[in-house]
Amino acid sequence: MKEEDRREGKNPIENLLRMDRIPHIWCPGCGIGVVVTSFAEALRKSEIDLDKTAIISGIGCTGRVAGYVKLDSIHTTHGRAVPVATGLKLANPELKVVVFSGDGDIAGIGGNHFIHAARRNMDLVIICVNNFNYAMTGGQVAATTPISANASTAPFGNFEYPFNLPYLAEASGATYVARWTALHLRRVTKSVQEALGRRGFSFIEVITPCVTLYARRNRLGDGLNLLKYYYEKSEIQHGADTKTLDISYQGKLIVGKFVDKDKPTFLDCMNEHLGKVLGDKYEPYGGNHD
Amino acid sequence: MKKVKADPKGVLTGAHYLDGDHALAEGALAAGCRFFAGYPITPSTETAERFAERIPKVGGVFIQMEDELASIAALIGAAWGGKKVMTVTSGPGFSLMMENIGLACMLETPLVIANVQRGGPSTGLPTLTGQQDMMQVKWGSHGDYEIIALSPDSPQECFDLCIEAFNLSEIYRVPSFVMTDECVGHMHEKVVIPPAEEIELVERKWYKGPKDKYLPFKPDEDMIPFMVKVGDGYHFHVTGLTHDERGYPVINAECQNVCVPHLVDKINMNADKIIKLEEDETDNAEIIVISYGITSRVTTRAVRKARKAGIKVGTIRLITVWPFPEKRIKELAKKIKAFVVPEINYGQVVYEVERCAFGQAPAIRVPHCGGWVHDPEDIFKAIKEASK
Repeated sequence: MKEEDRREGKNPIENLLRMDRIPHIWCPGCGIGVVVTSFAEALRKSEIDLDKTAIISGIGCTGRVAGYVKLDSIHTTHGRAVPVATGLKLANPELKVVVFSGDGDIAGIGGNHFIHAARRNMDLVIICVNNFNYAMTGGQVAATTPISANASTAPFGNFEYPFNLPYLAEASGATYVARWTALHLRRVTKSVQEALGRRGFSFIEVITPCVTLYARRNRLGDGLNLLKYYYEKSEIQHGADTKTLDISYQGKLIVGKFVDKDKPTFLDCMNEHLGKVLGDKYEPYGGNHD
Repeated sequence: MKKVKADPKGVLTGAHYLDGDHALAEGALAAGCRFFAGYPITPSTETAERFAERIPKVGGVFIQMEDELASIAALIGAAWGGKKVMTVTSGPGFSLMMENIGLACMLETPLVIANVQRGGPSTGLPTLTGQQDMMQVKWGSHGDYEIIALSPDSPQECFDLCIEAFNLSEIYRVPSFVMTDECVGHMHEKVVIPPAEEIELVERKWYKGPKDKYLPFKPDEDMIPFMVKVGDGYHFHVTGLTHDERGYPVINAECQNVCVPHLVDKINMNADKIIKLEEDETDNAEIIVISYGITSRVTTRAVRKARKAGIKVGTIRLITVWPFPEKRIKELAKKIKAFVVPEINYGQVVYEVERCAFGQAPAIRVPHCGGWVHDPEDIFKAIKEASK
């Protein structure tokens, strides 16, 4: 942080936000802002070239993140942030492309894109804020809502099995998988830093309080109560088998870094394979291959 | 508008025997398209196959996405990454693309989509022809917007109009469509690809001003905003929400009433520059047959017969279908007995003709629900009936 900024009492991440768009639209007690702070902190600490870093969001509460972060940013349609990011990354392989969106966007309506981008080991960083419900539209049941939790479209409690997102990500081919809660500020920052510093499909799930809808409807109290729940019920188990990471209603939250492995990315594979098969006829593409 | 010559690397100069689908791919490569994302669908798949085969040798990316929603989404990302981009599809895939066609319009993103039309609705006739998406291409995504749509009648024109579609999409920062059909797509004919230096392309309207002054949606004098690409250090924001010139969402009626008219006006007010028609003997005509794509070739025979029978028939071939040649139709409507509009659908463009004719001359439809082209005799009968 520059000395003059410190003297003016400027927030260290101010330069990374579109301050002309603040105040943001998120509710008091919402955890999305906290995750944005952790993310911005990671951008600052990792000292990556911000001109070459882009952020893509879909639709929903978390979908608004792209509008507040001062990077090249695209606010897309519901569920389609991942394929937009894929196109962008392939158009310019020197970019670091981050998808920042919610559970409904990434695992619900956009689930197919998510698994296919993971399968290809597309070089993307996916930050998925999981607040257990569709919040922007008023707290409807989601693919992540724990069994028995109440939602506006599950007024008698949810009876559908929810996704275990780290398991889904790993099974689909993700090469970096972590889960934290919004309480784990520094851990989220560290995971984002790691993801920004590596290549391949990186997935970070962040369990986040939705005070206005999920918590109110389930009488779970305010933001502080939810953070308390995260504090009491989360357990760090690095390297845990992702099969074991199901989340039950107000149950244990196993967090940590579960997967971190090297595997050639989509572009690595494309360049290597086509180069081998086509020889001199192949025009190598992009700079993102060894 | 900065004109440039085609990069010889993508131009397969020479005379070839190609089908329309392959000619589309060659047109795109000649136009400098270096990113293709698509999903297999009959009868358009050959375009994707040609790209997959050709692009590794030209320096670009072909990716087969998981569905058509992803294909068009990837195009938007890649276009903002600085590439010229294209996809190809047919009816069901086209329907799946609709939401993000709206996003592309809202973000004023240059991209090209070819639709090799087949009979619909639903799965319909996967292997057989149709011209049933002509209204969908204009109205298919929700909300008000305008696009540009061209309709080739031959493999040669698939090549030529694909280049034209790229140029128009760059000039107007708008999705442009090549609306061909199964017949033209699978028809093999001679296609002459000129040398690269004879292919004129339009460069994207890049912004060159100070970094902190860039406004992604501020119309220039010609109504079209400048573009930058991700990675150039502008830290810009674009959104599918109603937005101001900065690209920031503004959710109110005032902003909507600036944002939306701009999307519509930039095309409609430039319609005269965009529209291309092919007219034949329209000056003294009593009857004018309006057609497009493969149907215009079938029309030729009917018109020849009608002329032999002494009927004064003129023809208009819509090379540009959208924006529609409203002025010309209005002008001609005052002088003629009737328009006859054969098309391989149950009546789509005919109603646009009727609207433009404004009661001055009837627009007679010659429908065909798809699966094959018209029997020229049916078009002849309609001409004869109209001339009475």
